[in-house]
Amino acid sequence: MSNTPAIRRWKRPPFITNPTLRWGLWVGTAIYLAFAFGTMEVDWGRVSEGAVRGQRFIASFFPPDFTSRWESIRDGILESMWMTITSTVVGIILSVPVGLGAARNLSWRPVYLLCRGVLAVSRTFPEIILAIFFVKLFGFGPFAGFLALSVGTIGFYGKLLAEDIESMDPVQAEAIKSVGAGWLQWLNYSVQPQVMPRMIGLGIYRLDINFRESAVVGIVGGGGIGATLLTSFDRYEFDSAAAILLIIIGIVMVLEYTSGYIREWVQ
Amino acid sequence: MPVVHKAGTKIWQRRSTRAQLAVWFGWLLGVAIFVYCWRLISEKTIWFFVMDAPVQAADMAERMVPPKWSYMEQLWGPVWDTINIATLGTMIAIVIAVPVAFCAARNTTPSRTLVRPVALFIIVSSRSINSLIWALMLVTLIGPGVLAGVIAIGLRSIGFCAKLLYEAIEEIDQNQVEAIIATGAARSQQLSFGIVPQILPAFAGISVFRWDINIRESTVLGLVGAGGIGLQLDASISTLAWTQVSLILLVILATVIVSEWVSARVRHAII
Repeated sequence: MSNTPAIRRWKRPPFITNPTLRWGLWVGTAIYLAFAFGTMEVDWGRVSEGAVRGQRFIASFFPPDFTSRWESIRDGILESMWMTITSTVVGIILSVPVGLGAARNLSWRPVYLLCRGVLAVSRTFPEIILAIFFVKLFGFGPFAGFLALSVGTIGFYGKLLAEDIESMDPVQAEAIKSVGAGWLQWLNYSVQPQVMPRMIGLGIYRLDINFRESAVVGIVGGGGIGATLLTSFDRYEFDSAAAILLIIIGIVMVLEYTSGYIREWVQ
Repeated sequence: MPVVHKAGTKIWQRRSTRAQLAVWFGWLLGVAIFVYCWRLISEKTIWFFVMDAPVQAADMAERMVPPKWSYMEQLWGPVWDTINIATLGTMIAIVIAVPVAFCAARNTTPSRTLVRPVALFIIVSSRSINSLIWALMLVTLIGPGVLAGVIAIGLRSIGFCAKLLYEAIEEIDQNQVEAIIATGAARSQQLSFGIVPQILPAFAGISVFRWDINIRESTVLGLVGAGGIGLQLDASISTLAWTQVSLILLVILATVIVSEWVSARVRHAII
């Protein structure tokens, strides 16, 4: 070590150690950005026109107009809530068998593959695309939105349930089996207590997600507050729109705080 | 331990009688709420259409096959737009989310009473409004097009990125920061040599994860006019061109699977 030069500056080690990969990433990003901006068509005249509207929109938040469309806002919010609750409950109930089947340590191979397939398909398409098709099939109204949200819930909850079961402690499961428990008793006394705290938390989180999604399925005719919101934007009634947005934010905040509370309480 | 005496022998129970009652009552309440909500929804449903659905589904499925492969030529542009919306939107989100996250983390915020609540409010309001609603607003404000989509995705992702990032910042190892302080580093140097190296893997992971989610979300932004493949989907559905719809769905499926694969590979390489 004595023949190293006396003055050596320390350099921070790079995040990506391979220099080819590092520089390649930079160059690739630069080329990509050039192409992306090159092909993006932006009508700047229209954008600058939007600045005026934007000011009006922001101004309409002070104060938002809760009263003049109160009837339809209230109906929309209530409908969203019913959809949220029913779709979360139904989705979770349906996702339990799928999740059990998709856990590698519980089910045998064909069932596992089938359930994983169901989960993958129901997770791929956004709820809103599902809602479009359900509206076509089942007609306008909250039922279509309810179905779309339920399918979304199955994909989300089933996958997480399966992963949770796969990572559970096998020792406890074995202990219950060794006292001669049947399959259902085994599930009830060894699997369920281990996954329950996390799954309750996730269930409430999904309730939260479903409420947010229920605000958009209305845009394609699936019921809920989305339809009211779309109408108020189409009529340029920004003050009503602001009121709806504030209500949504408020409800989501309440849900988020309660879910944090309940999760702490469960664990 | 909850035990009941029955004919002189002790029998173990999972819960005491009171806890058992409470659980039953909870279930009763839950079921009652569910039934009530269900009735309200079913009142608003025209059950004739629901009964008719299997026929409709069969009819639609029949019209959807085979996908109109020649339509693919017109889809490359929208797919490229969709990817751009997701990528540029994620970039915008990251640029804004980083300072917000540093303001929201308990150990780096400049002021716990003033700055932190503001940062938390930004996070919550960005998260609670769906990207489709952001797009709806932006389309009315700056007109339809890719730009509205990019900004909508950006605004929606700020909350997600900032939330995960500030949680990562709060979980850092304080000893390393202390070591940097001990060398006499200024606050900005503490940040760049003590904190940033610790959260960089989490940061990269969060960005890629969000990019993956954004690809999925940007496929539908076109429904409200914000560019991407959703525009074609909307147009094809309204003209009842079902063979085009099935092709678009396949393309969306493929895009989502590829992006998920890329994201999983990158996260695997980082962590």
